Amino acid sequence: MGNLLRLAVVLAGKDLRLELRTRTSIVSAAVFAALVLIVFNFARDPTAVATIDLAPSVLWVTIAFASVLAMNRGFLVERENAAFDGLLLAPVPREALYLGKFLANFAFVVLVEAIALPLFVLFFNLDIAHALGGLVLTMLLATMGFVAVGTIFSAMVVKTRFAELMLPVLLLPFMVPPLILAVKTSVPLFSGRPLSEVVDGLRFLAIYDIVFITLALLLFPAVVDE
Amino acid sequence: MVAATGLTRRYGAVRALEGVDLTLTPGEVLLVLGPNGAGKSTLLRTLAGLLRPSAGTVMVGGQLLAPDAHDARRAIGLLSHQSLLYDELTLLENLVFTARLYHLPDPTGRSLAALAAQGLAERAADRPRSLSRGMQQRAAIARALIHDPALLLLDEPFTGLDAVAGDRLRALLASHTGGQRAMVIVTHHASEAWALATRVGVLVRGRWALEGPRPASLEEFQHRYNEVAVG
Amino acid sequence: MTAAASDARSVIVRGIVLTTLGLLGVAAVMVLALWFTPVEATQGPAQKIFYVHVPAAFTALWMAVPATAFAGLLYLWLHDPRLDRFAAASAEVSLVFCLVVLVTGPIWARPIWGAWWTWDGRLTLTLFLFFLLLGYQTMRAAIRDPVERARFSAVLGAMGLVLVPFIHLSVYLWRGLHPKPIVLKPSDPSLPPEMLHTLLYGIGAAVILYVGLVTLAYGIQLAQDLREAADAR
Repeated sequence: MGNLLRLAVVLAGKDLRLELRTRTSIVSAAVFAALVLIVFNFARDPTAVATIDLAPSVLWVTIAFASVLAMNRGFLVERENAAFDGLLLAPVPREALYLGKFLANFAFVVLVEAIALPLFVLFFNLDIAHALGGLVLTMLLATMGFVAVGTIFSAMVVKTRFAELMLPVLLLPFMVPPLILAVKTSVPLFSGRPLSEVVDGLRFLAIYDIVFITLALLLFPAVVDE
Repeated sequence: MVAATGLTRRYGAVRALEGVDLTLTPGEVLLVLGPNGAGKSTLLRTLAGLLRPSAGTVMVGGQLLAPDAHDARRAIGLLSHQSLLYDELTLLENLVFTARLYHLPDPTGRSLAALAAQGLAERAADRPRSLSRGMQQRAAIARALIHDPALLLLDEPFTGLDAVAGDRLRALLASHTGGQRAMVIVTHHASEAWALATRVGVLVRGRWALEGPRPASLEEFQHRYNEVAVG
Repeated sequence: MTAAASDARSVIVRGIVLTTLGLLGVAAVMVLALWFTPVEATQGPAQKIFYVHVPAAFTALWMAVPATAFAGLLYLWLHDPRLDRFAAASAEVSLVFCLVVLVTGPIWARPIWGAWWTWDGRLTLTLFLFFLLLGYQTMRAAIRDPVERARFSAVLGAMGLVLVPFIHLSVYLWRGLHPKPIVLKPSDPSLPPEMLHTLLYGIGAAVILYVGLVTLAYGIQLAQDLREAADAR
């Protein structure tokens, strides 16, 4: 168990270092998130629909699409460097490979969210300081759900043609339950309801996360071992 | 050191390997030749533990090779077409990462020593793409040997090397054979590694057409090779 | 023709026979529904499409999709290409059945609810199933190596199967309703015997059609795999 975590950290560290050198994923995803927010702003009529009603949907659509973009690189970096065999050769449990990628992807997406959320508050002129704690918790749990499935799928699509198009096609249906739950949780929080009222939604998100992380851990060896 | 029995790799009607046996003791060097599509890479990847055989087993250092067979994996080093190095990391960073994967003590020290052994100590802070092909090969070798594997697998290592680099590689491999290492070298031209070899095998359509101790004469061998592999 | 090729041919023939039987069965059920089954009181003649819609939904959700997922899981254990071929055939047929559900659903809904699409829980679930299956097919088409294709399809199938209950629950949550069990019967609690009989015949015909189409699809894929293996030599 200790070795598993140690290896996951070594692997995630490698991915983070690579990403910081090239900055392709995080920058594209962050720019994309900003652009989506801007487009949303111009695509609505502020007199017709109250901002606060539209806000949770806008936030979560932006996060969902930006997450897919951030995870796109995923295993592509291994293919480009023709380095994947090196990981499989080594005495590394396949679960550690998954966890390492999961941690790295999670870090990337959270970083993008950390950029998107302030922009969101800025562009939409919202006061959600009271809801910040609950919102951050929701974002972390929903992100874990997105990344749990996105990580294993990115290992699969890297070997297909049109890898970058394939990931959203496969991943989006899986993102819908956490998305629904995230929006359902955000709406009361934005309206000032206390955290205790949305605990059920958060619990459901946590269940989704546990189920799919476990499933992905079980199935990941079948994806990478030939 | 390595013992493979009845290695088979098939899917439906397609057979890449069929009942391949192979045994090597420390110090032996097996040369694997054969026409394209004969299954040479498949055999090497199966021995490396990158492919799971449909039937048959691979034992490395007495341990059965399986995804979770960590001791067996620690004993294997691979030099393949792929460099297994990350372009955006320096040579040192690449090797330290590898050392950590193999849970080696003093990763930085080991990495510097491995680079020095290949004459790359001054390039430790450079990225792989700034190196010549020959140097990239040496960096890949440093990576392959860092955990001191008892079994070294090489997939067409002389491809793309000029005469000087080729000689250097031959000398390097020769210096490693005397000891406890066993090697399997897949190559297209027997002449490239003839002097190193102790055994030679010719794989045709997934099976051994010839396999045994290296014959004395290269020309005689070429003759027999043409008989079994061509036509 | 080699022995294997004639095997493929006989599978295809069997598939055609069963499919024809299934189609005849479906036609017979439609005749039964239109002329020999009483008209439903509140919904009127439009309700008759139920005898096509529900069997298609039942077969897709409880037979075709689980068959794909479980065949895939068995493949991961046994590595038998026939299991993958079956899973792929079942997935193709599931896609067709889902399409039938998605087309008959709005046709049924429009005269009764006044809208083509109401995000009804069961229809929405079928919509998701449709996209999961579409993703499955798209992925298979993008992988050249048959071993990888089989493994990845199995993984996707298993994950899709686990996703289904989550979709079901979250869609109902989204609508603010309690999850309804996905039953054979529509919203009314009980069905008069003639309607129940027609429905059961409908389900029987749909199952035969499913088996026929899967056999046919399997046979076609088998023939193609043999051709590819022969070309590779």
